[in-house]
Amino acid sequence: MVEVTLWGALGQVAGGRSKVEVEAKDIRELFRKLAEQYPGLEPWIDRGIAVAIDGTIYRDTWSKELPPGAEIFLLPRLAGG
Amino acid sequence: MNFDPRFSGRKFASVGTRPIRPDGVDKVTGRARYGADFNMAGQLVGRVLRSPHAHAKIRKIDTSKAEALAGVKAVITAADLPDLTDGDAAMYDILDNCMARTKALYDGHAVAAVAAIDAHTARQALKLIVVDYEVLPHVTDVDEAMQHHAPLINDAIFTEGLEEKPVKASNVTKRSQFGHGDVHQGFGHADFIVERSFKTEQTHQGYIEPHACVANVSTDGTADLWVCTQGHFVYRQHCAQLLGMEASKLRVTSSEIGGGFGGKTHVWAEPVALALSRKAGRPVKLVMTRDEVFRASGPTSATSIDVKIGARKDGTITAAEATLRYTSGPYAGTWAEIGAMTAFACYRLDNVKTVGFEVLVNRPKTAAYRAPSAPMAAFAVESTVDELAKELGMDPVEFRIRNAAQEGTRSSYGPVYGPIGIGPTLEAVKNHAHMKAPLKANQGRGMACGFWFNFGGQTCTDLNIGMDGSVSLAVGTVDVGGSRASLSLVAAEELGIAYEQVKAIVADTSSLGYNDMTDGSRGTFSSSMATISAARNAIKILRERAAQMWDISVDDVVWEQGHAVAKGEKHGNLGKLSLKEIAAQSGKTGGPIAGHSELVADGAGVSFATHICDVEVDPETGSTRVIRYTVVQDAGKAVHPTYVEGQYQGGAAQGIGWALNEEYIYGKDGRLQNAGFLDYRIPVCSDLPMIDTQILEIPNPNHPYGVRGVGETSIVPPLAAIANAVSNAAGVRMTHIPMSPPRILAAIEAEREG
Repeated sequence: MVEVTLWGALGQVAGGRSKVEVEAKDIRELFRKLAEQYPGLEPWIDRGIAVAIDGTIYRDTWSKELPPGAEIFLLPRLAGG
Repeated sequence: MNFDPRFSGRKFASVGTRPIRPDGVDKVTGRARYGADFNMAGQLVGRVLRSPHAHAKIRKIDTSKAEALAGVKAVITAADLPDLTDGDAAMYDILDNCMARTKALYDGHAVAAVAAIDAHTARQALKLIVVDYEVLPHVTDVDEAMQHHAPLINDAIFTEGLEEKPVKASNVTKRSQFGHGDVHQGFGHADFIVERSFKTEQTHQGYIEPHACVANVSTDGTADLWVCTQGHFVYRQHCAQLLGMEASKLRVTSSEIGGGFGGKTHVWAEPVALALSRKAGRPVKLVMTRDEVFRASGPTSATSIDVKIGARKDGTITAAEATLRYTSGPYAGTWAEIGAMTAFACYRLDNVKTVGFEVLVNRPKTAAYRAPSAPMAAFAVESTVDELAKELGMDPVEFRIRNAAQEGTRSSYGPVYGPIGIGPTLEAVKNHAHMKAPLKANQGRGMACGFWFNFGGQTCTDLNIGMDGSVSLAVGTVDVGGSRASLSLVAAEELGIAYEQVKAIVADTSSLGYNDMTDGSRGTFSSSMATISAARNAIKILRERAAQMWDISVDDVVWEQGHAVAKGEKHGNLGKLSLKEIAAQSGKTGGPIAGHSELVADGAGVSFATHICDVEVDPETGSTRVIRYTVVQDAGKAVHPTYVEGQYQGGAAQGIGWALNEEYIYGKDGRLQNAGFLDYRIPVCSDLPMIDTQILEIPNPNHPYGVRGVGETSIVPPLAAIANAVSNAAGVRMTHIPMSPPRILAAIEAEREG
């Protein structure tokens, strides 16, 4: 079980929660479980979400493991210039 | 693929040196081929008809007279670009922006296009197209667009991110919130609170080279696109999807690029050129005029920002709050969201809250501009920080040092920082000679900090070793700032050979695996990681070939300084084999030698900068001259210091223009008044001081050489640094960017009148 912090706009579609608990071993499973538990998140996940694991931001690496006790943040998948 | 991206702390031979860039001579002699320099046999000239209205329903378009004109080979409207986006709202917005469908949403919105045998005929054809518009009320100002009575730009937009689902459509597409702690409580503990409102006007990236492409669609459904872009793989994906093609059938070649800065990360005319070529059955060249670039390619957001910061007498910030409203043009964007994430990222805050609102307006679709959204947020926050320091009676540098984020600090956007450079940049500024230089009358000094995330992303690289020992490096990240030189240095470093032995090229989309856009300061960061990986794979093969040549076990061969070396006493008489010697025998030992790499470069590492600026303000005219400017920024590791310095200086130069002169000016009719470099004035050499730089190197732990992105952070602090300098020189706080002479004069006069 990992605790995931959601950014504000994402929290609104997860029933107003800023933190959710999910049983997931990697980013792929995290997204799948989040979409199951909170269907409102699915379009956001499809559009792209970045995952910060202990401060390092991952944009595309679905296979990245979520170590037990890691601090996990979901963040917008940003654009650069 | 097993590749360890962790920082190793190695000593460098090539990395950190300053060789001449391989594309330099071609660029200064005119041999380099940019977007408009490519031609094909039988090519037609494409031209686009654009809306003269800021907001209008398109009742009917009659193209019959244009089609009948001799020399016209194709005329297209939105009907020739049908909606194939399958419910993908973001792609639909791109499609609609390339060619208006039911409504023209801004002055300059494309409504039709022609392909003709020459430019004269194409222009004549545009005049023969009759568009029946129903002009609608428009809105171009960010604050006005948020009012309840404002003209509604898209009645299908209902604000996302609100606690309760809205029942009325709105020009606000999304609300985003970030932060932690309790700002209400934090402000309660403050001895001083400063609260200010700011505005910034819309600017353009101002790249010298206009958008240009040549599209050629064959009858068998394959197509070629030669184009000036920051991301030819992304252009391929978007164009193929919009035209209903298989991506593999569209080969996109990126030209040299005469500036991008984020503006060439979006497709504009390319799908139109492909649709024209498909209809005409001939190649079509489409080059935007400067007027079109301003009116119909992506400028940055205009903004309206409120900031409130409180601090105790000892200089500790107790709470910080900002509300940020950013225009996104007539389509949904994420610009305020980024502003809300970056606004307070430089500081260690227990109580922080930012709220961003994305706002639709009848202006061109907003595009990225170097660290998009961060400069405006930094302007508002760093201006307020300066004022608060003044209220506290503290030196502005010391105040920032006291509150600067550190390793282990929780960022204002959520995650905890690893090793970061904000503190070191502030210490460097504090000790810099610039900070101690005397000022004269009407002169002022300002400083400010800035932050950018930096990204990595999907990256693919091929490294091929020729039989003569030369190395060809094929990368998929477009070179916008000297990255081919930097990546050649990295390949040379890893292989242990001379820089001159390596030739880097940007491969087309049919020659290499997918690569993300050159944005997010990712080009050198991600492609250097892939180059290191590819080189290490090549070294593995080089060792195997050397083992074959010596007839020993590969486990007994190591790679040292460009040579295979047989290790151990039993092979003591074998000497060394150079890369060139091994390559010469490759035909007999197993064929060509190459190393490939496909990876996702994550862990880009955030970046910070602190800038110092001196200005002189003429109190009679409000005119400002920048007289000295210094950039201090963390590069992680400067692979090629000259090009890192160039990025720093370029960001500062663009920031000076943004701070003092540049703005989109709209008339009451919603039409852009200054769509050209005479009236939209970017700084030229005579407007700029020599820009000093200081590179700091705080290694990124997630890159073997410690590299961070450097391309974007340098445009974040200038607006604020210059605003602080102008405010100190003029004796009045400037809250509206650009600080053009009339605005400064008005502020001085208002201050005089009390």
